[in-house]
Amino acid sequence: MRTTQAQHRSSWGLAALGVFLGSSSSALAAGIGQPEPWQMSRQVPVTAEAADLLNFEHGLHWLAFAISVFVLALILYCIFKFSEKANPTPSRTTHNTAIEVAWTIIPVLILVAVAIPSFRTLRTQLSDPKADVVVKVVGHAWYWSYVYPAEGDKGGFTFDANVDEEQQPKLLATDNDMVVPVGKIVKVQVTSDDVIHSWAIPSFGGKIDAIPGRLNQWWFKADREGTYHGQCSELCGARHAYMPITVRVVSEQAYAEWLTEAKTKYAAIDNGARLADAR
Amino acid sequence: MATATAHAGHDAHHDHKPSFFSRWFLSTNHKDIGSLYLIFAFMAGIIGAFLSFGIRMEMEEPGLQYFSNPATYNVFVTGHGLIMVFFMVMPALIGGFGNWFVPLMIGAPDMAFPRMNNISFWLTVSGFACLLCSLFVEGSPGATGAGTGWTVYPPLSSSAGHPGPAVDFAIFSLHLAGAGSILGAINFITTILNMRAPGMTLHKMPLFAWAELVTAFLLLLSLPVLAGAITMLLTDRNFGTTFFDPAGGGDPVLYQHLFWFFGHPEVYVMILPAFGIVSHIIATFSRKPVFGYLAMAYAMVAIGVVGFVVWAHHMYTVGLSLQTQSYFVFATMVIAVPTGVKIFSWIATMWGGSIRFTAAMHWAVGFIFLFTVGGVTGVVLANSSVDKYLHDTYYVVAHFHYVLSLGAVFIIFAGVYYWFPKMTGHVIPEWAGKLHFWLAFIGANVLFFPMHFLGLAGMPRRYADYPEAFAGWHKVATLGGHVFALSMVVFVIGIVLAFRSKTRAADNPWGEGATTLEWTLSSPPPFHQFETLPKIVDEPAH
Repeated sequence: MRTTQAQHRSSWGLAALGVFLGSSSSALAAGIGQPEPWQMSRQVPVTAEAADLLNFEHGLHWLAFAISVFVLALILYCIFKFSEKANPTPSRTTHNTAIEVAWTIIPVLILVAVAIPSFRTLRTQLSDPKADVVVKVVGHAWYWSYVYPAEGDKGGFTFDANVDEEQQPKLLATDNDMVVPVGKIVKVQVTSDDVIHSWAIPSFGGKIDAIPGRLNQWWFKADREGTYHGQCSELCGARHAYMPITVRVVSEQAYAEWLTEAKTKYAAIDNGARLADAR
Repeated sequence: MATATAHAGHDAHHDHKPSFFSRWFLSTNHKDIGSLYLIFAFMAGIIGAFLSFGIRMEMEEPGLQYFSNPATYNVFVTGHGLIMVFFMVMPALIGGFGNWFVPLMIGAPDMAFPRMNNISFWLTVSGFACLLCSLFVEGSPGATGAGTGWTVYPPLSSSAGHPGPAVDFAIFSLHLAGAGSILGAINFITTILNMRAPGMTLHKMPLFAWAELVTAFLLLLSLPVLAGAITMLLTDRNFGTTFFDPAGGGDPVLYQHLFWFFGHPEVYVMILPAFGIVSHIIATFSRKPVFGYLAMAYAMVAIGVVGFVVWAHHMYTVGLSLQTQSYFVFATMVIAVPTGVKIFSWIATMWGGSIRFTAAMHWAVGFIFLFTVGGVTGVVLANSSVDKYLHDTYYVVAHFHYVLSLGAVFIIFAGVYYWFPKMTGHVIPEWAGKLHFWLAFIGANVLFFPMHFLGLAGMPRRYADYPEAFAGWHKVATLGGHVFALSMVVFVIGIVLAFRSKTRAADNPWGEGATTLEWTLSSPPPFHQFETLPKIVDEPAH
């Protein structure tokens, strides 16, 4: 169940009552890390936790579909079977204890069944495993900055990521990307410098708010290399739509090289003052 | 259920209507105030719809086509939300239908506090005027209006994000509308608890009166919390307090807790009166008493009570602890149970009935299905883990438009088609109501259903501009928006035809299924009704 590809069949149920049901599977593998035109389902998860979570989401949507169809069927049955023409004399039934108990108890049982995976995925999401890499993410109106804390001679630099409208995919690409190694637990510690923002990467299965005065935490362990895009997900003013998030997941070796390179590249930009601001 | 045995047939002799000015501006008559609320809700609705039309036009294609400054787009989003919640749905369902039909249904001559009723209405109008003012004064730097979203979260709404006075106007607007609603709630509670006709016990009271009673309690208990929160915001903005400013030891998340302690009951404030209206329409046109009356009434009470303890499910991404999130997941799911009882009881009311498909019945039956769709996506969102993915995306926008636009608003129209003959004595042609329904049903579904897909694909809400990949479904949604808008033209045509036609409504145009007291009166009812109180006697057991 923990493979990331198998479940990406966009059979998101409710789809206009079957009209769309036949035309599932809209996103191609090329769309990993970003949305696809006419996509009807969630983005491809690239962490085991996100895969598990979105598997649950998939099940929930089938449940939602089934309940909606059931209710629709009952309504249609009433419409045709109990119209004025078909049934000129109405019954006077207003109580049926058995059925009233049933439609109370059965939903309770369904909800209990939903609650079990719900609590399991929530526990995983909020667990606090030992991090291999820690990155501090600071939201600003309207860009993100990433702080790589110093670890020995590595890290110890900060850079800003602004939207790069020249680059594709437009409004998802940034001038500087956050870079992390594949297969490692990456912990992001998220806060904000001004108003509330929210740091989101759909491929990693979620988001976490960047709130001034608070340090929020989220973690992920990406299973495959690639470029993953997200967008600020809390209304933060005029250029809310123009502060995307780009995370590049690279091999461990490439990551080590990038760390060295980045230190010199961003050292010129950052004079340490921003770190103090970002508190 | 219950019927009236005595009804004063000579009400008409006492029908002294005041002059135009005192009748409509100094009104103390619950029916006139109800009409004022309905007219006001209609006009505010037009402005709210105009704002949503601006949003939809902009979203038709990626890039900025109509809004040179995306801050103005945020102002449209904010204005649309606030107007539709506080100045369209609430005035129509509570001030409008509530004022009109709660006294009629419980056999009361008027509301308990007629003058307070009048000030409630005019406070609402003043609130609306304040909100309109806010659109034209500076908000965020370089733009007019409050672009904070209807939730008005600080620090975006603090002087940091919105230094101009637009947010202050918006806060005053909510204060005024909130004061009006609190007074209205006191009026409804007093009226329903004290002025029921002899023999009408609470357990014989029509479900619409039950719905308004529960709604009034929700308003009375939740609005003061909102008032507190926005007052704290006001002093943060103007008097140097730091309730929500971490630099002074405050916390922006505190505002969110306070806001949603009001905000979640508020969504039930908008839907519970609709629940009440649906029950009457379904029972009337199925020619059957409503199924499981007591369960229906207490399901609404349960929804109201539990609605107060689920607020943080709007805040799953702010960094709450595991225990807190688990509790709110659990509590939120509990609400699905009484809601399910209501859905199934409506279907059971139709079951075995002899259903006449009038325009009002079209809207009510359409509501049951669309509210179910909005309800099941609510269960999806209730799961905190999944909500981390869907929070603040178009999926949420789809969800709440299914329960509000396709839910509450559908029932406002259902109520108009059901009660229009009673309120005015005129008859809207049935074809107009049905054509209106089908256009709205198709239009609204084409408008809002693709938003589920957009949300799942990752499209965040409140975005003036978006990546190319989302263009397809946005284009479809805008197309649906045009059809939805067209349906409103049919609505207006139906109303105009009704007033121009010579046909007059019968006292009870809907036949034996319509059993509540308003149908025992003339259409329209006399200026003062029930000067001799009706007596409620039990019908033989059924």
